[in-house]
Amino acid sequence: MIDTNDKVQLIVGLEIHVELATKTKMFCRCRNNFGDPPNTNVCAVCTSMPGTLPVMNALAVDYSMKVGLALDCNVPDYTKWDRKNYYYPDLPKGYQLSQYDLPLCEHGCLEIPLADGTQKKIRVLRAHLEEDAGKNNHEIPGATGVDLNRAGVPLLEIVSEPDMNSVEEVAGYARSMQRLVRWLDVSKANMQMGHMRFEPNINLHITRDGTTYKTPIVEVKNLNSFRSLEGAVAYEFKRQYEEWQKDPEGFSLKKLGKQNRGFDDAKGVTVFQRDKEDAHDYRYLPDPDLPAVIIDDAWRERLRDEIGELPLARRARYIEEYGLSFKDADALTQDAATGDILDSAVKAGADSKRCVNLLLGRGAAIANERECSIADIGITTEQLTELAKMLADGDVNATAANKVFDKMIETSGAPREIAEADGLLAVKDTGQIQQWVDDAIAKNPQAVDIIKEGGKKKEKSFGFLMGQVMQASRGAAPPAEVQKLLREKLS
Amino acid sequence: MSQKIDADVVRHIGKLSRIELTDEEMRTFPGQLTDVLQYFDKLQELDTENVTPMVHAVELKNILAADIPHESLTPDEALKNAPDREGDFFRVTKVLGAGS
Repeated sequence: MIDTNDKVQLIVGLEIHVELATKTKMFCRCRNNFGDPPNTNVCAVCTSMPGTLPVMNALAVDYSMKVGLALDCNVPDYTKWDRKNYYYPDLPKGYQLSQYDLPLCEHGCLEIPLADGTQKKIRVLRAHLEEDAGKNNHEIPGATGVDLNRAGVPLLEIVSEPDMNSVEEVAGYARSMQRLVRWLDVSKANMQMGHMRFEPNINLHITRDGTTYKTPIVEVKNLNSFRSLEGAVAYEFKRQYEEWQKDPEGFSLKKLGKQNRGFDDAKGVTVFQRDKEDAHDYRYLPDPDLPAVIIDDAWRERLRDEIGELPLARRARYIEEYGLSFKDADALTQDAATGDILDSAVKAGADSKRCVNLLLGRGAAIANERECSIADIGITTEQLTELAKMLADGDVNATAANKVFDKMIETSGAPREIAEADGLLAVKDTGQIQQWVDDAIAKNPQAVDIIKEGGKKKEKSFGFLMGQVMQASRGAAPPAEVQKLLREKLS
Repeated sequence: MSQKIDADVVRHIGKLSRIELTDEEMRTFPGQLTDVLQYFDKLQELDTENVTPMVHAVELKNILAADIPHESLTPDEALKNAPDREGDFFRVTKVLGAGS
């Protein structure tokens, strides 16, 4: 679809709104709870009664600073609050408390993975704290219903520089940000609950015959899934290029400025909302009710300690220390808890390779079925340590270990007890194994004949006898030992 | 000198505040608002040569509260002063589209 004479570069910057998982709201102590009945988590402050005063949530400030520090942002000594003025029913004060010129975090970056296995740094311009608005209910005939439960919920707005040049990079950045806020445990980052909302700014730089043209920037408002984010960016790429082809001189950033569009999920298209002519005039002014926040090194250090190891550092350590592949190390660092369990098991004396195999084997399979992280399937450090040690000592073989794994997740039981109860412990008694081998040979003379004839079917029959012995031992015989004894008997 | 408030500015402010202005108001407001702004010009006369710029009017810092829930209002209490309600929602004139 792109003319061979044109060089087209997609330019995307992304604003991400992250709802913080505090127990209470930003400026009052009403509960921050998604899905409660309308107007049950409201008070005089968040319904904006005259004469009320907002008081900042200390934890929300900590959470925001943690994100800033993890993004390698400058967290300045002085930060303050401003009013962003606009009228809408879900914003009862007539202004949103936000941060204008002195945000809590500025100038950081986030590293994202690219398809070719390399990494790219996306710069973060700023991250500021603000309050969410309430929710309008449009299902009431002839009117709108307002629910103020969400009004005042702490919201961190993270603004990137326009550093993304493909749909994949935009998606990679959004997903990396989701992983980071979950890692820091500052947001559940659940899309269905609106914990993360995206607003990409998109335009194209097109070079034709040595001249570079810039298309008008489009901001797509309020995208609440990765799918619509990707869809909106892909659609804008196509639409802007087609618009530009019709009128390369007229369809320009200089002439048309910025435009807001919405995304129609069902049709997969963006829809015009407003252009620069009726852009909002927010008349920011310093909020006189909220005192400034002064941050010192001790505060920053306390939070750095709480953050601990970040995902990329841990991934690098796993490659180095445990000798894992990039893929395995990456899979184990999607969340903090999974790696924590692995590290504790290794510290308790378990072999790292065996632990990793268990976590990425049955652990990942169960997590995949349940659509959760490996840690969230409910495995404990004690279970992992014991099972890995049993494998190392030859107390269970790999097949039995998988069975024990499934059962210990299902029942929360201890691996050794499960293996004992279910007869999954490896039989180390050679006499017993000998007995099973002799029985299998005695009961299956036909198979024995085939093996002794040495024809084409020899291996198949040998496999059959192996299976008979393993079955008799209920999977508890060590396969190598069985194979050895069978070969001796049949040679 | 402060900006002169003309009819266009008044219309713009009215639109931002979602207020419909009558012809009468459109005649009186520009003059009144210009007068108000002129009072502020008075402040410009003050010599602030050796005064540190003020970022905030209140000499307090770091007033923060612990993240511990308090008792909220019941929906009935919250809606008591509302002009209209629909179930437990505040009922307002139909709005369409996004806010900010």
